[in-house]
Amino acid sequence: MEVGKRNNKQREEELDFASIPKNSGFKETFFRLCRNKAAVAGMVFLVLLILISVFADVLFDYQTTCVDQTISQRLQWPSAEHWFGTDEFGRDLLARVVHGSRISLSIGVAAVAFGLLVGGILGAVAGFFGGMVDNVIMRACDVFLAVPMMLMAIVIVAALGASITNLVVALAISSVPTFARIVRSAVLGVRDMEYVEAARAVGVKTGRTIARYILPNCMGPIIVQTTLRIAATISNTAALSFLGLGVKPPQPEWGALLSSGREFIRDSAYLACIPGVCIMLTILALNLLGDGLRDALDPRLK
Amino acid sequence: MLRYIGKRILYMIPVLLGVTLLVFFIMHLAPGNVAAMILGENATAEQIAELEHEMGLDRPLLAQYAAYLGGLLRGDLGTSYTSGESVTAKIMACFPYTVRLALVAAVVSVLLALPLGILAAVKQNTWVDNVSMVISLIGVSMPIFWLAVMLILLFSLKLGWFPVYGAKSWNSIVLPAISLGFMNMASIARTTRSSMVETLRQDYIRTAYAKGLSKGAIVIRHAFRNGMLPTITVIGLEIGQMLGGAVLTETVFAWPGVGRMMIQAINGRDTPTVMGCIVLLTVCFSFVNLIVDLLYGVVDPRVRTMYR
Amino acid sequence: MERKETGYALEIKNLSVEFRTRERTVYAVNGLDLKIKKGQTLGLVGETGAGKTTTALAILNLVQTPPGVITSGSIHLNGECVLQAAPDAAKTGPKHKKQRLQKGMNERELQSMRGRAASMIFQDPMTSLNPVLTVERQIAEVLEKHEGLKKDQALARAREMLELVGIPGDRGREYPHQFSGGMKQRVVIAMALICNPELLIADEPTTALDVTIQAQVLDMMQKLKRQNGTSMLMITHDLGIVAEVCDCVSVIYAGRIVEHGTLEDVFDHTLHPYTAGLFNSLPSMEDRRTRLRPIPGLMPDPSRRAPGCAFAGRCEYAAERCFKEPPGTVCRTGEHMVACHLYNRDNIGKEVLRHG
Repeated sequence: MEVGKRNNKQREEELDFASIPKNSGFKETFFRLCRNKAAVAGMVFLVLLILISVFADVLFDYQTTCVDQTISQRLQWPSAEHWFGTDEFGRDLLARVVHGSRISLSIGVAAVAFGLLVGGILGAVAGFFGGMVDNVIMRACDVFLAVPMMLMAIVIVAALGASITNLVVALAISSVPTFARIVRSAVLGVRDMEYVEAARAVGVKTGRTIARYILPNCMGPIIVQTTLRIAATISNTAALSFLGLGVKPPQPEWGALLSSGREFIRDSAYLACIPGVCIMLTILALNLLGDGLRDALDPRLK
Repeated sequence: MLRYIGKRILYMIPVLLGVTLLVFFIMHLAPGNVAAMILGENATAEQIAELEHEMGLDRPLLAQYAAYLGGLLRGDLGTSYTSGESVTAKIMACFPYTVRLALVAAVVSVLLALPLGILAAVKQNTWVDNVSMVISLIGVSMPIFWLAVMLILLFSLKLGWFPVYGAKSWNSIVLPAISLGFMNMASIARTTRSSMVETLRQDYIRTAYAKGLSKGAIVIRHAFRNGMLPTITVIGLEIGQMLGGAVLTETVFAWPGVGRMMIQAINGRDTPTVMGCIVLLTVCFSFVNLIVDLLYGVVDPRVRTMYR
Repeated sequence: MERKETGYALEIKNLSVEFRTRERTVYAVNGLDLKIKKGQTLGLVGETGAGKTTTALAILNLVQTPPGVITSGSIHLNGECVLQAAPDAAKTGPKHKKQRLQKGMNERELQSMRGRAASMIFQDPMTSLNPVLTVERQIAEVLEKHEGLKKDQALARAREMLELVGIPGDRGREYPHQFSGGMKQRVVIAMALICNPELLIADEPTTALDVTIQAQVLDMMQKLKRQNGTSMLMITHDLGIVAEVCDCVSVIYAGRIVEHGTLEDVFDHTLHPYTAGLFNSLPSMEDRRTRLRPIPGLMPDPSRRAPGCAFAGRCEYAAERCFKEPPGTVCRTGEHMVACHLYNRDNIGKEVLRHG
């Protein structure tokens, strides 16, 4: 028994050298990505945005700038003192936007990560085993996909109540079926490749085969989809908050900022414009990066 | 062909059953007592229990679901908790507005997107391509509700060309349709471009050039139909997106459609109305998908053989 | 457009084609010369990547620009100039949009030439037919374009043509996916021949087909070609096909003709070591026990230009000189020529290559 086990391990190592297409293309892909100016611009913007949201507390103290109200300074247009102006309670909009980036980004990333994890597992299982398991999982996905994504998220939040956690849950659930489908078709694409058969033939366990031999080789479409998906999720988060179903004031989420700014659109248009521009630029940056990744990963353009 | 359509419609049934089941249970996860809410704060426990019994809310969830399904088959979506009206009647009053809005937005966006995408593909890497792709990129990145707010700001408040909200005059559909359709246009144009670029690289396009055909004939006769296949899929998906987006657009513009009614119903905890809206929009989406599948057959003879 | 009667269906002089991308330049064709007499069939023989298809596409001016640039040379079809590269054509940058020509056909003249004066059969019949159009439609299109026929007439002629290539006419209403590979290639041939072109370019027309189907397709092409007096450029790597259908042979290596002559010249008086190598890598029918002697090594990297003979690295006769200067051409007879340092005017008639 002990001997057999070691043997398998050894064989697997030999396989690694012999027949597995290693992700050696990673560096090459990255270089190709860097040649795409638009994608680099998107990447730079995202890195800046992440830095800003990580150091939001250093830049603006949350309590004094985002919560405390100064009625004497309400609804001031952008100036040297308040770059983005002030809102109806006299709070600095720039500070609120900066702190809002935290919420928007983390909801987007968390929901997609969650959806990717669950959807990825379901898709991998469905693709790898096929048959009955595949059927059940895929028909369930059909049901979820039959409802337009935005509606599904609205229903879930409406039922669970509006809070950040529920928002993440709703958005994650609504992206599970998409990921399950992508991962499934990617797995189906590589499942019958020779190196996977070889791995199974030497007795590598199923879970290990999926994790080590199949998933790494269908990363391309998954990475691209993840990027684009984060963009869509940030947009949907903002949309739900805008409808009053997501983050509730006074928490400074971008969609919520836009929603409350809408009331003052006649005289203080900046209140609605600036958060909107932030949302748009973030989504634009993610789209540029996603497009760049897709082109960089597409072997036909080599 | 008819058999294929029949099969597809049959397949829609379990999916729709699944959807109603799913939404029904999700909606009943909501905390709080419906009867208590309807009767207000001064109601006694007996009154609440009596109303619950009357509405069938004291029965097990599955039995409630069965009753709902039975009603659904007869076209009865239940009674609204808030107004006491029939949900079917309420929704049918709003539905034409949503259809009108979605149709105008869909048709205009497709009619603009196809030429834009094809032109960009044919003139690949020229300024025409760059300009139309920058427009599309902005389009797919712009949140619908923000675009809606900006359109109101510019065209209604500053320029006064179109009404701010409602559906009272003929031109009140312009801004909602633009805000709903712009993103779709952008995304369809992008897909059209990339699939046309891909198609124009195919061997049979080279064959067509070698036959002496002009570029125009090649693009229209040879590339267009092949390039349409991925685009059709995306158009179908985008229309689904639009049904979701209608919720936002209708809310911003106070357009009296199903989407706005759904948000009002959610805020009023009016579960039957919410359910009704979701079911209706899902059925619409399923039919759009069916049409997309059939269009596939029209365009691609290889798919057509599969129907038989 | 001026037209000189030259007796040649096709004349290519000093053609060079490069593919320029930001990363590198691929030298696909390097100073290639080619002539086909009217009514004759020339076999263009060489390995994959030798520049055969690029040459064929250049004849119809179908090399994609960018990335392709025709840096020098001229092509004449029946004495008519298809294109002649401008003297400064090689200076075109990597971001070029247009080919620089001294003279040549404009877009309309090119369109009326393609498919009528010269037409082409592509290598892979699976991908060279449009999947969403009926077969007869794709054939009729050529007639509508070049002979101005109405749709009905064109479709009727297309069906006749299908019969001629051995496909029942009423199957014209079907789509390419309903046809087998061999039948698709027949359709492609019907499409190429329907306007009686003066020159037919066949780019490995049988490579993608089963061996048994190959013979049928070749026979049919031969028959139709003879009926119409068409000249043909047969691109192939199969010397068997050359022996069967060609009058003359040009052997191409790394984008240049290394040996040219009549079938007899090249087969019985092989001069160039590369040509000899090609023959040695064929199984022999007379002596089935002899081992094949494949040419060692691979084609040189086409993005690097060596100063000497491109074949030197793989040549068993290579001398120091072969790596330093490019060989000039030496003629054995009026037709038979070779580009190799082994030969000069004195030893050209003698047997220089070792046999066996």
